[in-house]
Amino acid sequence: MTLHPLIAALSKHKAGVILIAMQIALTLAIVCNAVFIIGQRIERVGRTTGIDESNLFLLSQQWVGAPSGDDADSIAKLDAMQREDLAALRALPDVQSVSSINSLPLLGSSWNGAIDIKPDSKKAFGRTTYYFGDDQMFPTLGMHLIAGRAFNAGDVHNQGFRDQKDPDIVILTKVLADKLFPKGDAVGKAAYLNGSGKPVTVVGVVEKLQAPGLFNSDDTTYNSTLAPVRLDANFARYAIRAKPGRLEAAMRAVTPALYAVNPMRVLDDNSVKSFADIRHDAYEADRGMAILMAVVALVLLCVTAAGIVGLTSFWVGQRHRQIGVRRALGARKIDILHYFQMENLMIAGAGVVIGIAMAVGLNMWLMTQYEMARIPVLYVGVGVLAMLALGQLAVFVPARRASNVPPVVATRAA
Amino acid sequence: MFIHYVQLGFYSLRRNPVLTLLMVMSIGLGVAASMTTWSVFRVVSGNPLPDKSSQLFVPQLDNWGPNDIVKNGQPPNAVTYRDAMAFMQAHEAERQTALYPVRYAVTPERTGAEPFRVQGHAVFADFFPMFELPFRFGAGWSRADDDAHAGAVVISRQLNDRVFGGANSVGRSIHLGDHDFRITGVLDNWNPQPRFYDVSNHSAFGDQPDIFVPFNRAIDLHTQTNGNNACHENSAPGFEGWLHSECVWIAFWAELPDAAAQSRFRSFLEGYGAKQQQSGRFNWPPQAQMHNLQDWLDYTRVVPSETPVSLAVSAGFLLVCLVNAVGLMLAKFMRRAPEIGVRRALGATRQAIYAQFLAEATMVGLAGGLVGLAFTALGILAIGVVFEAAIARLAHFDLWLITLTVLTAIVATLIAAFYPAWRAAQVQPAWQLKSN
Repeated sequence: MTLHPLIAALSKHKAGVILIAMQIALTLAIVCNAVFIIGQRIERVGRTTGIDESNLFLLSQQWVGAPSGDDADSIAKLDAMQREDLAALRALPDVQSVSSINSLPLLGSSWNGAIDIKPDSKKAFGRTTYYFGDDQMFPTLGMHLIAGRAFNAGDVHNQGFRDQKDPDIVILTKVLADKLFPKGDAVGKAAYLNGSGKPVTVVGVVEKLQAPGLFNSDDTTYNSTLAPVRLDANFARYAIRAKPGRLEAAMRAVTPALYAVNPMRVLDDNSVKSFADIRHDAYEADRGMAILMAVVALVLLCVTAAGIVGLTSFWVGQRHRQIGVRRALGARKIDILHYFQMENLMIAGAGVVIGIAMAVGLNMWLMTQYEMARIPVLYVGVGVLAMLALGQLAVFVPARRASNVPPVVATRAA
Repeated sequence: MFIHYVQLGFYSLRRNPVLTLLMVMSIGLGVAASMTTWSVFRVVSGNPLPDKSSQLFVPQLDNWGPNDIVKNGQPPNAVTYRDAMAFMQAHEAERQTALYPVRYAVTPERTGAEPFRVQGHAVFADFFPMFELPFRFGAGWSRADDDAHAGAVVISRQLNDRVFGGANSVGRSIHLGDHDFRITGVLDNWNPQPRFYDVSNHSAFGDQPDIFVPFNRAIDLHTQTNGNNACHENSAPGFEGWLHSECVWIAFWAELPDAAAQSRFRSFLEGYGAKQQQSGRFNWPPQAQMHNLQDWLDYTRVVPSETPVSLAVSAGFLLVCLVNAVGLMLAKFMRRAPEIGVRRALGATRQAIYAQFLAEATMVGLAGGLVGLAFTALGILAIGVVFEAAIARLAHFDLWLITLTVLTAIVATLIAAFYPAWRAAQVQPAWQLKSN
């Protein structure tokens, strides 16, 4: 088929051609970026925390009338109350293990600081998040120790919530340990926390543990430091692992058990939360954004397809007579079909070329405004193929109708 | 004449229902997508205190120095206790308050009732007039109460309903933590969105605070912050050590009604920073800056990034739907070229053709607006899936949104119709008559 008559015919319908091309270009730009956002969100939601999330839940509670001072007496009293709670929880039949904890991955509230291999560093070398818990932290969270040892009961000490005393020993996540000690020999080495001059010894390395904060940039989200410290305040959090399959029973049992220990506390519906719910809430916005983008992209594709069907139908109607003439002069049905398909391919081709530029431009604008990553070529490539396929799909019905125009039409008046 | 055009339009729309349906749906969907996201956007980016937002300022002081890697060269968003107290004592603004979030357990007087949690803020007396809090009973406490470290409290209407059954509880006390607080006022509903007054400490969208207690009293009771605490280095042990540390956790607000007051406060702030440097606290010239309310919300990026991105995407969506509508209308109008030719030959002016097709477009726009209204209602129902519950609860359907939806649809359709209508008006009667 020679393209010359095709182009000549298109130039008679400049407005329609430009409109379809524009629509394809805009759709490509928006759909590419929408799908890219969906991909990024799915990737974010799919990140693993490094802990065994099944059968795990968190209890947050606050005592009423507990000492609020930070003198040794008050701290000792608060610690005794906390240990009493821990003992009561550990005695429950459905509970496997319990640890005091300051936060959990994805929970949001975090305690962050800096870590360095040199003492008294004023320019922090690495950002880290802190997890404070007792010797049961490892079995309760189900982390994988890959070097050194876990904390034992003798390592654990307690301190007031605002006592910023450095621990003696810490365990680091692998990414953090590798950053500080690139040779992979972190165990036994000294590190310094928050620009202090006191060395803390690294006793172990865990494979992975995500920070509680959701907005950490990708390179700090697994920089965690674990310390064997029970923090004492007038509130406390306990991470609890239920025996396999006993999660609901354990979650029901903890509130009465703690009220039996001491009724003077605030424990409401929000106090007991399974890790599945923590994860669900943490990624609510990401999930929503992905759904919104998917709906927008889908509806947009439908609207564009409908537009192509509408305009092509109009052209077919307009050229009814010409089609009849072509058929009478010997063109086969398939030639007519191909003609309209080719025409659509050319318009869509022009549209996607503009669309690629617009997609990249939109992505660059989003990058400057909202900390978005650069869109990979793959997304644009797939988008281009999808738009061309959409055009072909949309044009098929009117083109088929065109090919069914009988040659006899040529002999009739329009 | 207009009525006649509307009738003609109606007739024509019924003649090709598929094309009409496509146009109406296309416009309806585009309008609904942009209106749904706009309904969220207007909530999250609204000005919470329009008459005063340019007079309320947040000062910032760079007490961590240029080497801190956390803030990318910007001073921290909150201030230390010592700086907040120095600002309060200097009294350079007409009104001023330091504040931080607190949480207490309330012990009910009835025996057997379980204690429950309340949250709110520790503030100074100026907070209430400064942010124009509405009172149902009583009022805030006085500056003298601040100085006396009095145990006063202002409670929300909800808390008053829960504890006192909605009665005027001014003068009675409530047991917070371990201490009695005397109620000086009961608020009416007050929950500006975004909750601008403490954005660096808690999420900007959420429930109304239950209580406000005097700042000095909360500090006396060693009440911990219920919000963020950011430290640059380890502080001395205990609560006292924390108060004197370089940890930042307090929000500070100054009311500066005019330019003179603003420049006075700015120079006070710079002078204060310089003095701290001279006294050896900093070995760098501390950057001091202040933002007014609206700039502060921008600076702290209160609006969740989901919202503007989806608004941008929805605007693009509307654009595609419009381009689509232009194409479909062009097809629809040009299909009637013979009819236009006859009308023109019978003496209709170009303006008359214009009017006829714009009337038809208005009807398409109106139908699109009604369809859009239905989709917008659906979209607002579905918003809960997309945005955080706290924000989704605020997006609602009101008369303003309904009007705007229908108006957007009509105006957008008319804009889209200009080119097709112009093309229709350009139809040469002679050609059409000849080919017929």
